[in-house]
Amino acid sequence: MKDYADLLLLLVAVSNLYIVATSRLNSCVRASAIQGAALALLPLVLWTSGFNVQLFHLAVICAGTLAIKAIVIPILVSRAIREANVRREVDPSVSLHSSVLLAGLLMGISFWMSTVLVLPRPAPTMLLVPVAFATLLTGFLVLISRRQAITHVIGYLLIENGVFIFGQTLAREVPFAVELGILLDLLVGIFVMGIAINHISREFDHIDTELLSTLKD
Amino acid sequence: MVFAVLVAFPALLGLVALYTRNVRVALTLLLVGAGMHLLATGWLWTIPGGLELSWMFKLDVLGLLFLTLTSILFLAASLYSIPYLMHGTHGEQAAPHRFIPCLLWFLSCMSLVATTQHLALMWAAVEGTTLASAPLVYFYRRKSALEAAWKYLLLCSVGIALALLGTFFLGIAATASSQTHAGLSLSSLMSVAPTMAKPWLKAAFVLALVGYGTKMGLAPMHTWLPDTHSQAPSPVSALLSGALLNCAFLAILRFYQICIASGDAAFARTLLITMGIISIAVACAFMVRQRDYKRLFAYSSIENMGIMAVGVGLGGMAVYGAMFHAVSHSVCKAGLFFVAGNVLREFGTTRVSEVRGLTQRLPVSGVLLTILMLAIGGTPPFGPFWSEFIIFQTAIGSHPWLGIVFVTLLAIAFLGMGGVLLPMLQGSSSSPIQNRKESTLSVVTPLAMACGVLALGVYLPPVLSDLLHRAAGLLGG
Repeated sequence: MKDYADLLLLLVAVSNLYIVATSRLNSCVRASAIQGAALALLPLVLWTSGFNVQLFHLAVICAGTLAIKAIVIPILVSRAIREANVRREVDPSVSLHSSVLLAGLLMGISFWMSTVLVLPRPAPTMLLVPVAFATLLTGFLVLISRRQAITHVIGYLLIENGVFIFGQTLAREVPFAVELGILLDLLVGIFVMGIAINHISREFDHIDTELLSTLKD
Repeated sequence: MVFAVLVAFPALLGLVALYTRNVRVALTLLLVGAGMHLLATGWLWTIPGGLELSWMFKLDVLGLLFLTLTSILFLAASLYSIPYLMHGTHGEQAAPHRFIPCLLWFLSCMSLVATTQHLALMWAAVEGTTLASAPLVYFYRRKSALEAAWKYLLLCSVGIALALLGTFFLGIAATASSQTHAGLSLSSLMSVAPTMAKPWLKAAFVLALVGYGTKMGLAPMHTWLPDTHSQAPSPVSALLSGALLNCAFLAILRFYQICIASGDAAFARTLLITMGIISIAVACAFMVRQRDYKRLFAYSSIENMGIMAVGVGLGGMAVYGAMFHAVSHSVCKAGLFFVAGNVLREFGTTRVSEVRGLTQRLPVSGVLLTILMLAIGGTPPFGPFWSEFIIFQTAIGSHPWLGIVFVTLLAIAFLGMGGVLLPMLQGSSSSPIQNRKESTLSVVTPLAMACGVLALGVYLPPVLSDLLHRAAGLLGG
């Protein structure tokens, strides 16, 4: 079953690249939903390969992740896209081609980092730590190189997903922390960022954060 | 029971206030929550050994110190908010019915940060403070406030995500030591700290310092802070500056405690000193010739957070100085933001160049501004002078060059601040005098803060100094 876990992690890595490569916001959201679904399956697959998490916690983590990362947040973000009437990422500060290259580079760095920081106990699969680092770093790349408020939310989600993958190494010992992470994801994702984006699109008629830069010294 | 009053009760009152349309009723709820909170905190002072209740709540002197600061500032900010909410402000569209519930939830989350020692729960509480205070920043429904709230939300959420990663790393570091895992409570992590995997522990501290440091306003992750503080209503700015930044600092200190327990704190101390000095320097650069007085106070908060980080990083007596500075800075900065609120209401602008003749138009606020400015700048006999002096003394003793850089930067900050604020106080105003009387509550609260900061400098009660010493003792001081 370990192969399936690796397959899921590969799917996560591919969706990272896809999010970086596409300029269409809808495709971004779809890719992050697929990534969310892969993350929801990950604890289950790890469990079947003998990574014993308590059944109750397993159910909470899987169901919670599926509901929030794969369904609720993507629906909310695509609604925001519809209402704000933006389709594409305009004019990213790093061009799409170079950001794909950068994402590939970050992937390489992640593999290198996983050889420097070795888990004290062997990880459930070899790919877990590098993919977690890669997702985290890709999130930062998206956050820095894009200008739309919606892409910023997706970048933030990628960072959260990276942290979540790391959390899997601890799901056995402190499942409570992983669950709290999911819960807070829900609050941030929906109640605040969703609402804030709505306000921004109403006030400014668009959600390009370049125009959200009047406050400075 | 007492923890229920501190954490659950404000949250519950907030929920009730959410469905109250009457501002007076909601204000009563706010004051009841603040008063009860202060009473409960006062009662906790009478228990010498700290208090523990299940795995969730555990209070030590460090927590008690920051809880007390939060409690006192919250009551002051609540009192100061009364005229704000009763009479409205400068004609901008505001949302008072969301204000009070969010304030109460904010209090609840900050109390949880101070009273828990479970690192995952503490992380959730810090995130909760962001969620509860973002609507407070967007109190005035204008574009610039929305921009500030968005930056605040996004930057702090990213910071908090890194802090969660740091918490996970700490858990991973602990898996090296034993077969049965220690969990994420502070005491058990400290007991296994000597056998932790060092690279993971170090990475955890770096992530916590960057993550919670974003929330604390350490440069270079401070960029949200001046925007947020300048756009939020003044009582909220006071709470953000005086209470919230301290809570984020407390979260970093918890990680620092584990580093000390691991016997390898030198690395953490160097990082704290470096980040602290960078913060002070960046703040100084922006304070000189600052054009917006609320931003000026925000940068001053960054400077003071830097001072506290340097103090803890230096170790020895400086840790005591840092704890003392946390107290005196909170009181002083809250007072400054209250006065800034009075100035803003009178002049209707936060631009320094448009405020002239403050001592004529608002005599009491003018005097208070002068006193508080001298206090925060570190002139004797006020509290911040002593705390900064203790840190400086330790610095000069162990790293002379550091002491010289430190004191030079403080001098620049003081002169910068004076250079901006003094023209505001003098001269005569060109705009017509509106002759509004300063309302009692809006003057009494900053006056109380000014008296407090003077009292801290003149006579430090043995109870408080004992608490500060014991808190410093937990941090290797």
